[in-house]
Amino acid sequence: MSETTKNITREVVVEKPLLLRGEEWMDILWDLFCPGCQIPLVGRLIAESLEELGVGSNAIMVGCVGCTGILIASLTMDRVSPAHGRGPDVATALKRVHPDTVVYTVQGDGDCIAIGAGPLIGAMTRAEKITVIMVNNTNYGTTGGQLAPTTLIGQVTSTTPKGRNPDLEGYPVHTAELAATFKGTAYSARGSLHTPAEYQRTKKYIRTAFQKQIEGVGFSFVEVITACAVNWHMTPVKALEWIGEKVVPEFPLGEFKNVTHIK
Amino acid sequence: MTKRILAEGNEAVGWGALSAGCKCFFGYPITPQNEVMELLAKELPERGGVFVQSQCETGAINMLYGAAAGGVRAMTSTASPGWALMQEGVSDMAAANLPGVIVVVQRIGPGVQRVEHAQMDYNSVTKGGVGGYKTIVLAPSSVQETHDFMQLAFHLADKYRHPVIVLSEGILGHIIEPLEIKTIDFEPLPEKDWAVAGHGPHRDGKFRELGPSYHPLYDGTYLNYLNAYREKYKAMQSELRYEEYKTRGAKVILVAYGYCARVAKEAVDMARAEGLKAGLLRPITLWPFPSQPLRDKAGRGRKFIAVEDSLGQMVDDVKAAVEGKSEVCLADVTFRHMPSEEGMILPGRLLQEIRRLI
Ligand SMILES: Cc1ncc(C[n+]2csc(CCOP(=O)(O)OP(=O)(O)O)c2C)c(N)n1
Ligand code: SF4
Repeated sequence: MSETTKNITREVVVEKPLLLRGEEWMDILWDLFCPGCQIPLVGRLIAESLEELGVGSNAIMVGCVGCTGILIASLTMDRVSPAHGRGPDVATALKRVHPDTVVYTVQGDGDCIAIGAGPLIGAMTRAEKITVIMVNNTNYGTTGGQLAPTTLIGQVTSTTPKGRNPDLEGYPVHTAELAATFKGTAYSARGSLHTPAEYQRTKKYIRTAFQKQIEGVGFSFVEVITACAVNWHMTPVKALEWIGEKVVPEFPLGEFKNVTHIK
Repeated sequence: MTKRILAEGNEAVGWGALSAGCKCFFGYPITPQNEVMELLAKELPERGGVFVQSQCETGAINMLYGAAAGGVRAMTSTASPGWALMQEGVSDMAAANLPGVIVVVQRIGPGVQRVEHAQMDYNSVTKGGVGGYKTIVLAPSSVQETHDFMQLAFHLADKYRHPVIVLSEGILGHIIEPLEIKTIDFEPLPEKDWAVAGHGPHRDGKFRELGPSYHPLYDGTYLNYLNAYREKYKAMQSELRYEEYKTRGAKVILVAYGYCARVAKEAVDMARAEGLKAGLLRPITLWPFPSQPLRDKAGRGRKFIAVEDSLGQMVDDVKAAVEGKSEVCLADVTFRHMPSEEGMILPGRLLQEIRRLI
């Protein structure tokens, strides 16, 4: 095997990051996600990023209520489960109490920018030195695929049976762009996992977001688009194509803010 | 170190918290508790503590949840409308076995528009909210007690790994009395080795996961979990505290907490001066409620008056306690000396009621 192949395979699929090993829940954990769900990949990216930054398990993960919250059981580090939407509040306190550790939330889009919009905006207003990782699967996964703030115009969900109608339900919310408007935000980006290239870019975003926290620059935010094939009523492969065709045009990928200091 | 000052009840909340070694305060401004957070906004950072003005009361209670998970003594304080917003968080703290102190300075209701004093949150505070949790509720009735009970609240919260509520009210929060600031010694408590720290594996080689214990990934069964709570609540019964005043041989016993207990005490003295045998039983813990002491006094023609500045909430607990063996009357918000929001229940009016009953 050439050196390059080895690198690529290590990066992309083969070895499990150390932080994803050894916990007793790992075996059942993957049964809790639907086939084709990409949320576990977000856990993997977090684990790889923290390992590469040398943080390892010197971090506190704050979960959420929702499919994304299942990740709470997957990483070998201290973890706290908050109520629906309240992750940034809990993370705020944990970071203030333990300023020398990395504190981050993983939240669904409903958790983060619907019920949790207040906590998120509060944390960004206070320029909390925490990292928020928001999973955008354009619906409420756990509760059966209802309308989320991120649902696309015309997208059929269980509570928008005729498709999201902007006259009634408004327009998709662009959380990464919103986060970038806050002065106290050091970093904001949106990535996707629908191609290997975007997967690698998303990993870079997550790593950079943690880096900003470690350097104490300010609040950092990464939105990750993931497939929810079951609620989208698609095959997993079709779901990935749909992200490329429909979701990414609505939610552009890339960095929206990246500063080394806030003044 | 002991220091004597003049302070109002709300300030005593803050001084008591500091005496207890509270490290964090999270809160959102609301009358009539603002003085609590204003004092701590100054004093906590000077002592290396954390003060955060949250974006709302749900924010404050969930920050408290986070700080508690982080293993430090932390608190929030609010008034009635904010209390409504905090109940989800308190339920979650109870479910996650997280200690913390919540101060509720009651104001008038129903609804959330008025700011004057009242005692209208007794039920929502003592009966627990969503999910049927229980918390110890301490009801001070003086500035000194407010300070002392804050320390007791922190101790009990840590002892049981559970939220504890200190129930104050607008009048108590604003009366000014002499206050002796001193640290009270309680029995030593074990280290919080269950807390998260984000410093790699803990001494036992494991990591910590904190959250509602019936989390789908919880390794026990749900009924084990509920039984653990039953045991915890049973153990908390031992924290029952109440004060009796001239109850021996009393024909009428007033039952009151907070500012109303002070008024009732005066009414008892006035009645005794007239030769009327009145007494007072003051619940100090509203949960657990002194049901047994009340039951022991019931019967033999003895009557009870529940005195409370609401339309009647605690009265139901008094009635339940006496099990129909005694008549229970209610001296409520309609006994106030003025029909406006500023009115108070005064001793003279209670004396009339005592006279009527004897
Ligand atoms: C206060 C409250 N309201 C509603 C719910 C029900 N609920 C659980 S998860 C969820 C939505 C999850 O959607 P999202 O945050 O997008 O996460 P996903 O499941 O898609 O990862 C809702 C509404 C709840 N648990 N708590
Ligand atoms: S419902 Fe969607 S987000 Fe939830 S586990 Fe299934 S695929 Fe993943």
